Amino acid sequence: MSGTLDPSAPQRSYLWQDGTLRSWLLTRDHKRIALLYLGSITAFFALGSVGAALVRLQLLEPTGTILSDATYNRMFTMHGVVMVWLFLVPSIPVTLGNFLVPLMLGARDLAFPRLNLLSWYLFVASGLLVVYGLFRGGLETGWTFYTPLSSEYTEGRVLPVVLGVFLNGFSSIATGVNFIVSIHQLRAPGMGWYRLPLMLWALYATSVIFVLATPVLGITLLLLAFEHLFRVGVFDPSLGGDPLLFQQLFWFYSHPAVYIMILPGMGVVSEIVSTFCHKPVFGYRFVAWSSVSIAAIGFVVWGHHMFVAGTSLYSAIVFSMFSFFVSVPSAIKVFNWLGTMHGGSIRLDAPMLYAMGFIGLFTVGGLTGLFLASLAADVHLTQTYFVVAHFHYIMVGGMVSAYFGGLHYWWPKITGRMYPETWGRLAAGLIFFGFNLTFLPQFILGFEGMPRRYATYPAQFQVLNVLSSAGAGILAVAYALPLVYFTWSLFRGARAPDNPWRATGLEWRTASPPPVENFAETPVVTTYAYDYAELDGRAGPPGTAVGGPHV
Amino acid sequence: MTWLPEASAHATRIDLLLAGLVLISLAVLGLVFGLMLLNILRFRAGRTTAIARAVAAHKSWRFEIVWTAATLAIFFGLFLWATQLYVVGFRPPAGAIQIYVTGKQWMWKVQYPGGQREINALHVPAGRPVQLLLTSEDVIHDFSIPVLRIKHDVLPGRYQSLWFTADRTGSFRFYCTQFCGLAHSRMTGTLTILSATDYAGWLNSTPASGSLAATGEALFIRSGCSGCHASSRYAPDAADTSRAPSMVGLYGSRVVLADGRAVMADAAFLHDSIVDAPRRQDASFTTEMPSFRGVLSEDELAALVAYLQTLSPTLPPSAGN
Repeated sequence: MSGTLDPSAPQRSYLWQDGTLRSWLLTRDHKRIALLYLGSITAFFALGSVGAALVRLQLLEPTGTILSDATYNRMFTMHGVVMVWLFLVPSIPVTLGNFLVPLMLGARDLAFPRLNLLSWYLFVASGLLVVYGLFRGGLETGWTFYTPLSSEYTEGRVLPVVLGVFLNGFSSIATGVNFIVSIHQLRAPGMGWYRLPLMLWALYATSVIFVLATPVLGITLLLLAFEHLFRVGVFDPSLGGDPLLFQQLFWFYSHPAVYIMILPGMGVVSEIVSTFCHKPVFGYRFVAWSSVSIAAIGFVVWGHHMFVAGTSLYSAIVFSMFSFFVSVPSAIKVFNWLGTMHGGSIRLDAPMLYAMGFIGLFTVGGLTGLFLASLAADVHLTQTYFVVAHFHYIMVGGMVSAYFGGLHYWWPKITGRMYPETWGRLAAGLIFFGFNLTFLPQFILGFEGMPRRYATYPAQFQVLNVLSSAGAGILAVAYALPLVYFTWSLFRGARAPDNPWRATGLEWRTASPPPVENFAETPVVTTYAYDYAELDGRAGPPGTAVGGPHV
Repeated sequence: MTWLPEASAHATRIDLLLAGLVLISLAVLGLVFGLMLLNILRFRAGRTTAIARAVAAHKSWRFEIVWTAATLAIFFGLFLWATQLYVVGFRPPAGAIQIYVTGKQWMWKVQYPGGQREINALHVPAGRPVQLLLTSEDVIHDFSIPVLRIKHDVLPGRYQSLWFTADRTGSFRFYCTQFCGLAHSRMTGTLTILSATDYAGWLNSTPASGSLAATGEALFIRSGCSGCHASSRYAPDAADTSRAPSMVGLYGSRVVLADGRAVMADAAFLHDSIVDAPRRQDASFTTEMPSFRGVLSEDELAALVAYLQTLSPTLPPSAGN
C-alpha cells in the first residue's frame, strides 16, 4: 500500500514487496491480511482438532477410562468454542474473502483497509482471551453456554471465554461492514450486480448476517457476564430470570451464524463448479438470490433449536414451517450446480473433487436437517448424536470441504505456485472417506438414543463409536496432508501461470501472485460473469453467444 | 447391538415418519449422486462437444420453477405429518397417572401419587396413560426415553409435562440429554414397564410414607397456605376469597391473568403459582402472596400440587393408587 503506482517500474508481488515482520504486522494490504488470518485460523483449526481427537479417543471405550469426566467436558467445550468462533465463522470470509473480494471487484483494496487490519487484531485478541479461559481454569458448559449452568453452577472460566467471543463479534462486524461497502462502492466499471461472481453474492449475504446478527450475541453475552458478576437476575430463575430467554437470544444469533458458516462455502462451490465444467453457472440469478433468501429466512428459524425446551406449541409450529422453507433455496443451489455440470466440459482436479464432496455431503446434511425440522421426529432425535452428525455434515462435510476446495483453487493465485495435483486428489478422496466413516455411524447412534456430550455411554453403543473414532483417525491424516504439501509447494511447487484453470473472473486477469496494487490498470467489465466464450476468444454476437448467461 | 424397540403406539408412528424421511432422503441422494456420476461420465473434458447452450438457457426458468415447486410440495407434506404427531404431546389425557420427576445434579428423583419414591428408576403400567411432571432443582436437564421416542427439557422452577401410554413390558434406559455439568453422562436410569397387575403389586410392595396428597395436605397447613386460601376443610367457608382465591375447584378451571390471558389451571400452573404468585385480573385481595421459591423443596411442591388436585372432585381423580 505504501508504494505508489508507477507503470514504468517493474511490479513486485505483494508477497515479496517488503519482507520485514513490521511490514506484515502493520500491513493494510487485504492480501497480506488474508494471509495473517490464514495463519491464525490454521492454528485454531489445529487446536480445535486436538479437542476433537481427544473426544473421539475417549469414546473408543464406554466406561470413560481415558479422560476424567471433567477433562472430557472441557475438551468438547474447547472443540466447540474454538471451531465455531475461531475457525468456522471467520474461515472463508476472512481468508479467501479478504484476498478475493477486491480482486473479483477489480479494486485495489477493500473499502476500509485499516478497519480490515483492526479486525485481525481483534480476532487475535479474542482468540487469546478464549484460549486463556479454556486452558487456565477450563470451561465445561459446551459452546452454547446455556444458563443457569453457565451463570450459576459452573466452576469454569466463563468470563474470559465469553468476553473473547464478544470481542470476536466486533471482528466479524468489521469484516462484514468492509465487504458490504466494498461490494457496493468498489465494483469495476461495467460490473453490475448481475455481473458479480456468485462468490461475491454469497459473501454479501454473509456480511449482512455478520452485521445484523452479531450484535445480538454481543448483548446476550454481556448480559450473561453481568449476571455472573453482579448477580442481576436475567437468565437465572433463582434470581428471578428466565432460563429460556438466554436460549432465545443465543439462537437468534447462532442460527443465522450457521448460515455465516455455510453461505461462503456455497459461493466457493459455485466458482469451482463453473470453472471446472467450463460452463456458466446454471440459473445464475436463482443461485444469487437463493443466497440472499437463505440469509433472510435464516433469521426466523432459530426456534427450531427449542422444540423440546418448553416453548409454546404455536411458536414450534411456525418455526418448523420456516425451517422447511429455508431449505428450499439450498435445494435450488444443489439442483443448479448439477445443471451446471450437465453439458459442461468437466475436469476432475482437486478443487472440483472437493466441490463435488461438498455437494454430496451438504445434501446429506440438508436432508437430515429435514428430520430435525419435522417436529415429532425432532423430539426423538434432538440432543442425540443424530444432531452431532447432522451439523458436522453441514459444517465439516460442507464448509470445510469448500474451504479446502477454495484453498486449492486459489492457491496458485495466492502463492504463485501450483500444489501437487496427485496429492491434492488423494487428500480430497481421503477426507471424503474419513469424514463419512466418522459421521455416518453417528446418525444410527442418535436414532438408538445415545445422547451427545456423554463422557461415558452404555456398552451397546461401542461398535459404532469405535467405527466413528477410526474414521476420525483417517480424517486427521487427511487434514494433515494439505498442510504438508502446501508448505512444500511454497518452496518447490511449479510456477503458476496467471490463469491456470482457464477461469473467468477478474482475479485471474492479474499476475500470480498479484502485485501490491492488484491490477496495473483498472479492468473494465464488458460481459457477464462466467463468459467462457469471451475467454476462449470465440465471442459471437451478444445474446446468442455460445456460453451466454443462464438467467 | 439390537435395534431400538418401540414401546408405545406413538413410537411406532414416529418410526413410520422417520422411515418416510429416510426414503425421501435416499431418493434425493440417489438423484444427486446419480446425476453427478452421469455428468462426469458423459461430459468429461475432451470427451464431448459442447451442447447448444442457447437452448439450455431458454429452458432454465422452467427447470427452476419445477424443482422449486416440487421441493416445496414435499416439504409441506412432511411438515403437516410431523406437526400432527407433535401436537398430541401437548394434550395429556385427563385420566393419566401423574408422576413427579425432579432432576438434580446428577440424579432423577421420582415420586408417585401413593407416596412411593425412587431414584433413577421409573415404574409405569402398560396400557394406561402416564403423565410425568418434570422440574429441576438446579440447571436445565432433559428427560429422554428413546424407546418411547419422547423427551422434554426439565427447567428449574417450573413444571414441564411429558405423557405416554406404554404398550410393551420390559426394562429400558432413560437419559438426561441436556448437558448439565460434570457427571451429565451418569444421570441415567431405568424405565420399567409392568403389566397392570404387576404394577399394582409393585406399588403395594414399595414402602410409602402416606400418599402424596396426604403429605400435601399436611404441608398446606404447616406452610400457612390454609391461613388465606379456602380449602373447604380448613377454612370456615369455601366461598371466602377476601384474602386469597379459593383452592376448591381451582384445578382444571380457567384463570384470567392480569394481562388478560386466560390459562388452564393445570399442575404446572399450580406449581408455578406457588413459586411465583401470578397476578389475576380483577383481584382485590387484602394480602399479597409471598414467593415460596427456596422455602419449599420440589418434593414438597409435588405433594402440594397433588393435594390441590384432590380439591376439584368433579374431575377424574388422577391418582394412581
